[in-house]
Amino acid sequence: MSVLVNKDSKVIVQGFTGSEGSFHAGQMIEYGTNVVGGVTPGKGGQTHLDKPVFNTVAEAVKKTGADVSIIFVPPAFAADAIMEAAEAGIKVIVTITEGIPVKDMVIVKEYLKDKDCRMVGPNCPGVMTAGEAKVGIMPGFIFNPGRIGIISKSGTLTYEAVDQITKAGMGQSTAIGIGGDPIIGTSMKEAVELLMNDPETDGIVMIGEIGGQMEPDAARWIKEYGNGKPVVGFIAGETAPKGRTMGHAGAIVGGSDDTAQAKKAILRECGIHVVDSPADIGAKMAELIGVTA
Amino acid sequence: MNLHEYQGKEILASYGVGVQRGIVATTPDEAVEAAKKLSEQTGTEWWVVKAQVHAGGRGKGGGVKLAKSLDDVRNIASEIIGMNLVTPQTSKEGKKVHQVLIAEDVYYPGESETSEIYMSVLLNRASGRNMIMYSTEGGMDIETVAEQTPHLIFTEEIDPKVGIQGFQARKIAFNLGLSGTAFKEMVKFVMNLYKAYDGIDASLFEINPVLKTSDDKILAVDAKVTLDDNGLFRHKDYAEMRDKREEDPIDVEAGEAGLNFVNLDGNVGCMVNGAGLAMATMDIIKMAGGNPANFLDVGGTADAKRVETAFRIILRDPKVEAILVNIFGGIVRCDRVAQGIVDAYKNIGDIKVPIIVRLQGTNAEEAKTIIDESGLEVHSAILLKEAADKVKELVG
Repeated sequence: MSVLVNKDSKVIVQGFTGSEGSFHAGQMIEYGTNVVGGVTPGKGGQTHLDKPVFNTVAEAVKKTGADVSIIFVPPAFAADAIMEAAEAGIKVIVTITEGIPVKDMVIVKEYLKDKDCRMVGPNCPGVMTAGEAKVGIMPGFIFNPGRIGIISKSGTLTYEAVDQITKAGMGQSTAIGIGGDPIIGTSMKEAVELLMNDPETDGIVMIGEIGGQMEPDAARWIKEYGNGKPVVGFIAGETAPKGRTMGHAGAIVGGSDDTAQAKKAILRECGIHVVDSPADIGAKMAELIGVTA
Repeated sequence: MNLHEYQGKEILASYGVGVQRGIVATTPDEAVEAAKKLSEQTGTEWWVVKAQVHAGGRGKGGGVKLAKSLDDVRNIASEIIGMNLVTPQTSKEGKKVHQVLIAEDVYYPGESETSEIYMSVLLNRASGRNMIMYSTEGGMDIETVAEQTPHLIFTEEIDPKVGIQGFQARKIAFNLGLSGTAFKEMVKFVMNLYKAYDGIDASLFEINPVLKTSDDKILAVDAKVTLDDNGLFRHKDYAEMRDKREEDPIDVEAGEAGLNFVNLDGNVGCMVNGAGLAMATMDIIKMAGGNPANFLDVGGTADAKRVETAFRIILRDPKVEAILVNIFGGIVRCDRVAQGIVDAYKNIGDIKVPIIVRLQGTNAEEAKTIIDESGLEVHSAILLKEAADKVKELVG
């Protein structure tokens, strides 16, 4: 069953008929994800990729029973799309869109507070439960169904971890790309909590980067929780200069407490197995779990 | 996107925030004219000549000086315009000054003592809300205040549902120890400052100092304004305020080619898809005994044209002794990227530094074959560890 999404998830795609939405919806369907339709305002009633298109999320939910939505809507309209999904009763909203203004996300964050839903992203590669559901843009072929959960702020670095886990003779339960923006729907701590409580996950890979306090917060929670499952950690950006944004809007060293060095030290204090080289993620987890490739 | 002090002040003033008034000048003659005009408008008898560059600590580097006569204005402006201003926030080479702000003197004597206050508006990433940070210790580096006297820094968080409220502005003014006219002026200052922050999609305001004048006015004497790049589509007029001269020209060129590039000081260049993997690759270079020469995210479509532009930009840095290409092909096919690399290499022709290409993901084996059979001075790798070892061999 894993977390957030599985083979029973009924997924709709917001921004379904756009180029990004079309391409990735096609890939999701090919992977076996249960995509039940899509939403593009003004194109309701049409059929796209053999699935129905609706004008509103509410209508899509009513007609298909959708409970998961993935958002490919352009940045200027993405906040609106997220709130529409929440209002319509979608339980898991995965926002792929990159470049949403912070001002819009401040409002979204507030709006979602009293809604019964979880938002993942934005600016993330999505959520993937190996062998069951791909709700995102991660390449399906590197996954192998298994019992390692992966949490990451970054796209290709997630793939790197997934690939290493597979090559080291293990597999993944769910990979959660939480995104690299300053404001995100699901924090690293919340994602860790989901995987710690998942009976189908035995170990967790946690990949962070410079900027913010998400990784230390997650690490402290893990320690408090009693380090129930082995966690391998990596923090990217040890060599990043202070005060420069490194690609992700949130990846910027502001003070002495959000450098890679400071975060790694806290992670280690909290019992997380920190690797200095991202090339060692898979081997470290194999060692902890007792797997030999 | 960062703005100059004078641009930030213009925007603040348009929201009714009190600012130290000034006129920008690009030559000593213009500076004198600006000074005369400013005296007519404000009655100021002295002027402050302030270098307009995107860096803090300008005063420490000699970029901010008081002029007590028009001759002073001319001499100081001649000295500052064209200088390479070195501050604690610039590189050793400093930043070239293209323009100065001739500002009114606001530290004139009067009925009460002047006092300097620190105020900033920024996002509290932990709560996802904006907050106003303020302190009675204005005019100092806020990081020093945070270290030495953290109890003198206050914060006020803004509820996005209703925006800033009067009681919050009053609390700030009380905490700053103000009373009478100065108190009322500060309330107005805070309310308008936050409205400006919200209105222009800012990601940082730092006003240091905010001055309480001897006649109880509240003025922004400096203004560091950073706009959220993602919000610029809503503010075309502010987007036009971008001063590319303040940015590293290579960064600008890369940006125009769709590459996310940051120039660094090391000897190993890198080209990577994805920001997180790019940072991780820089870390690998360091662990292998080299130093990253740049951060470069080629984005999702690592086609031949982009790869070529990226190579050309990296190769322009004479310190670069090797280049590590690290691509994880998820949706993009590695064989296509490999072909792009080979084509780019041949197009550029004269590449004298070794290149290590690590391609992993879709069609990685085919990609390795293309690289290996190209006959070029390119080392291929599939595993990240292999790539790291190759870097070590070459520069470690």
